[in-house]
Amino acid sequence: MIELDTHPTGAAVVRVDGRLTMVDAPAFRSAVAEAVGEAATTVVVDLSACAFMDSSGLGAVIAGLKAARQAGGDLRIAAPSTQVLTVLQLTNLERVLRPFGSVAEALRAG
Amino acid sequence: MSGRHQALLQVGDTRRWGIRALVVLTLVTGADYLVWRWLDSINWAQWWLAVPLVLAETYSLLDAFLFGATVWRIRQRAEPPPPPPDATVDVFVTTYDEPVDLVMVTARAARDIRYPHRTWVLDDGARPEVQDAALTAGVGYLTRSADWAGMPRHAKAGNLNNALLATDGEFLLVLDADQVPHPTILDRTLGWFDDPRVALVQTPQWFANVDDDDVLGSQAPLFYGPIQQGKDGWDAAYFCGSNAVLRREALMQLGVAGYVRAVERSIRDALRTAGRVIARARTEARAAGPAVHAALGEVAGAVRRARVEVAAGEPVSEVTYRFQQRVDAAGRGVVTDDLARMEADLAEIAGMTGRSGAAVLTAELDGAVLTRLAQRDWSPIAALESVKALVCSVDVDLAGEAQPVMPLATNSVTEDMATSMRLHAMGWRTVYHHEVLARGLAPQDLAAMLAQRLRWSQGTLQLALRQNPLVQRGLSVGQRLMYLATMWSYLAGFAALVYIAAPIAYLCFGVRPVNADGDAFLLHLVPFLLTTLLLFRVVGHGMRTWRGQQYSLALFPVWIRACTTAAANVLFHRDLGFVVTPKTPTATPRPAWRLVRVQLVTMGLLVAAAVVGLVRLHLGIAPSAYGTWVNLAWVAYDLLVLSVVVPAARHLGLATDERTTA
Repeated sequence: MIELDTHPTGAAVVRVDGRLTMVDAPAFRSAVAEAVGEAATTVVVDLSACAFMDSSGLGAVIAGLKAARQAGGDLRIAAPSTQVLTVLQLTNLERVLRPFGSVAEALRAG
Repeated sequence: MSGRHQALLQVGDTRRWGIRALVVLTLVTGADYLVWRWLDSINWAQWWLAVPLVLAETYSLLDAFLFGATVWRIRQRAEPPPPPPDATVDVFVTTYDEPVDLVMVTARAARDIRYPHRTWVLDDGARPEVQDAALTAGVGYLTRSADWAGMPRHAKAGNLNNALLATDGEFLLVLDADQVPHPTILDRTLGWFDDPRVALVQTPQWFANVDDDDVLGSQAPLFYGPIQQGKDGWDAAYFCGSNAVLRREALMQLGVAGYVRAVERSIRDALRTAGRVIARARTEARAAGPAVHAALGEVAGAVRRARVEVAAGEPVSEVTYRFQQRVDAAGRGVVTDDLARMEADLAEIAGMTGRSGAAVLTAELDGAVLTRLAQRDWSPIAALESVKALVCSVDVDLAGEAQPVMPLATNSVTEDMATSMRLHAMGWRTVYHHEVLARGLAPQDLAAMLAQRLRWSQGTLQLALRQNPLVQRGLSVGQRLMYLATMWSYLAGFAALVYIAAPIAYLCFGVRPVNADGDAFLLHLVPFLLTTLLLFRVVGHGMRTWRGQQYSLALFPVWIRACTTAAANVLFHRDLGFVVTPKTPTATPRPAWRLVRVQLVTMGLLVAAAVVGLVRLHLGIAPSAYGTWVNLAWVAYDLLVLSVVVPAARHLGLATDERTTA
């Protein structure tokens, strides 16, 4: 399940609950689109409740990063599980996106 | 699926060991011949022909060795495991401009595949009539999304990449528009994915509209047989673009890894050239005032900091974000400077006219407009095109592509082979399933056939230059050799040229590139020739391999053109002159002599050389009678091989579509 929240700082938080796979990708993309459309320029993807992500899920995160950047904002990922960290390392995506420990930490950066 | 499909032979243990024994013999006799040729028999007095000849022979020997390495590990797989009960599968029928009827025969057969799945027609031509037909047949219809407008389209790879983002099955079966699948195709192949490391199951391509004579050499029994089975033995069976099932996860993983690679390359290249770009922009912008000049200085500073951060291994998303922020700030500085000047001007006007409207105006300008102006596209720095391009490149959105994630490789017109190599490099496994499960349409005339062969060879050579298997990390030695074997075979055109020129030079001018008496020559050559021939016979037992042999020499102009165009494309970014393989006859019903004029002229020269050789022998001015006869035999072989172009040019295709009736 994908939920969109606004953080007190004005940033958007997209919370992934459960899995992020090809099936969930459209919901994720529209959540990010809604977030960057609302002028909340920084989007943090909260993965603390995300138990499983596949490469299609990573693809959706990249699409989200592109959307956020093109709207003049940014996208960051926070609190990934061990499984998510593994797929990030396997594809080298960690060289692009730093996995932050928590949402708060992600917001403090940059 | 019976009768003609039995042409697919099984490889038993006895044959496998027989093949291995012959491979060893080929290696030994070949090495002997090669050593003798290089050390003892080059006629340096005629080096201009002697050296090309020994190089061509070395090329052919290595080709034979690579063939030996391939068939050494011929793998005869057992029955596939049963398919999983609940896999989700998308079946893609790719089309660009094929006739609607042809596409729909395939689409309906795809819809009727027994294993539960969804069928999609991927219409790169975006034709309303195809959409209507797909709707009527009850299958899905996909065209490029809006993201592709104005972006590089990447042909079939782009078509599939677009569809991958619009669908969500765990597996995908890819079918060319003319490849009609059998209802059991998924039941027979999905079981191989029980091994979670398997990314691809490739099945043969078999053509229904080809008779036994196969004048255009369309069936590839050696390739969709011992060669792919041999590659399979080395874990290197590769994707051939159609009749294959792929695991989505594996492709998406390639796409994500490819995205990281592309972003890093884009940033690295941009930062490397940034110094020059900014220096030039500073010269150009001298007239724009000190503020722009200062802003460019800030951009240069941002570049320096980004370089340091990249070198320190900071995640590039953060490096680029800070870089963009600094550039935006630099732009804002210029805007503020401009505004200050404008305000001064307005104040002056206000002073002259006594009205205060200007002050209100500047106050408004300050807020909204300042923000807007400072945004990337509006920034005065962006007005300097080169700097704008630089700034865009130092980002993570790959703005020059329709999709940041491209699962199928887009660096070659043979995206299938490029994709397989990357899968192998990431540790995925592939399976060659040796059973015909789709019947296709081969090109029906010479023009279409030549276009197809040119495209394959161009793509393969493009890949050899862009993604050299010998230096790719993650590939095993066997996998490197297997990819090299395919690429190596496309260099045959240059060797063919030498094999044609050498006997002509001997017969007409008495040029002897080989410095040896007849006995020594035969002693070294004959054992090698015999073992190679025998190896070929045993491997190709019961197959029609002669056509393939003929074309590998007879199409030398195509292979040479492929080499030159692929090199020009990769090294100098020239156009390939790429053509989509026509699936319907394009020629008027007249023999296409024009397309094979090089071969016809060559044949004329060979015949003339034979006559001249005989006359010289008769007059007693030939170097030796023995040499003349050897070279005449050579000419006869060349003519026999090249003669295939005559029936090929006259061939006008079979009239009926046999796919649904045969």
